[in-house]
Amino acid sequence: MHIMEGYLPIGWCIFWAVLSAPFVIYGIWKMTKMIQEDRRVLPLMAVCGAFVFVLSALKIPSVTGSCSHPTGTGLSAAFFGPFITSVLGTIVLLFQALLLAHGGLTTLGANVFSMAIAGPFIAWLVFVGLRKTGKVGIGLAVFITAAVANLVTYTVTSLQLALVFPVDGSILNAFIAFAGIFAITQIPLAIIEGIICGLVAKYIVRVKPEILKKLGIIQDEEIAKIQGEAV
Amino acid sequence: MKKSHLEILVGVLVIVLLVVATLVIVPSGGDGEEGWGGADGGAAEMIDETGYIPWFNSIWAPPSGEIESLFFCIQTAIGAIIIGYFFGYWNASAKARRGKQEEE
Repeated sequence: MHIMEGYLPIGWCIFWAVLSAPFVIYGIWKMTKMIQEDRRVLPLMAVCGAFVFVLSALKIPSVTGSCSHPTGTGLSAAFFGPFITSVLGTIVLLFQALLLAHGGLTTLGANVFSMAIAGPFIAWLVFVGLRKTGKVGIGLAVFITAAVANLVTYTVTSLQLALVFPVDGSILNAFIAFAGIFAITQIPLAIIEGIICGLVAKYIVRVKPEILKKLGIIQDEEIAKIQGEAV
Repeated sequence: MKKSHLEILVGVLVIVLLVVATLVIVPSGGDGEEGWGGADGGAAEMIDETGYIPWFNSIWAPPSGEIESLFFCIQTAIGAIIIGYFFGYWNASAKARRGKQEEE
């Protein structure tokens, strides 16, 4: 999903940067406030950020004969919502732009928008919706959330590129072509990412449910049920 | 076997199978060394074909594939060490808590 350095005209670079900035700034404010209120959320936040670090570094072969990487933002989106996730995602994208020449400083705004904002935002809505029904367990809900975050990210990247580089004057044709490169490659990766995040979410419920309870992610009844599975 | 362990085992198996099956069944997207290239590069190639010339280059790029993989490893290691540290810490404190309850 990294749009490479210099591959977006300057107007679009500014457009996406301006669009992304408020999310990240609000995210930093929210993050600081949350940590000041209760320092015990810090370890979980660090683990969620660490998952973005690990998963976005893994390049996995996929059905289209090319490699791509998961985004890792699903876990954080489910637990902390899209704004804090946007900060964590931006840190990773900066690291990759500066040290790996993956993505770039000029395209940072666009990449932040797809990976750290659009994906987590829609995934978070899905997570909240699923949990509201009361029928979807935390493992399955996080599985779906992570997969959605992954797929939406790459769909948005395809759209961002299609807007700038129409094929035969058609944005739709270009979108289909870019989605062919990105979105289809992502489907198996979305499943892999979903499995990892779902299992990790259940593990956290087993060993450290207090934080999730405080964040309002899970209630006592489900905690007892999941912990019962480990006995 | 505990249900929680079974879940993890099945999850890991599905992941391994997905990756192995992909590598065995799917023909590589390019020849020899070019096969299994990154999708990001695929998109860049498609843009290059339109005649677009990037107007800005990375201020610093890893000078070789080895050095690039070094930084990818560092990125993964930073994440993995944080995850491992807290998972171990949480697991041990959960065990200690359970041990105390049993004593009482």
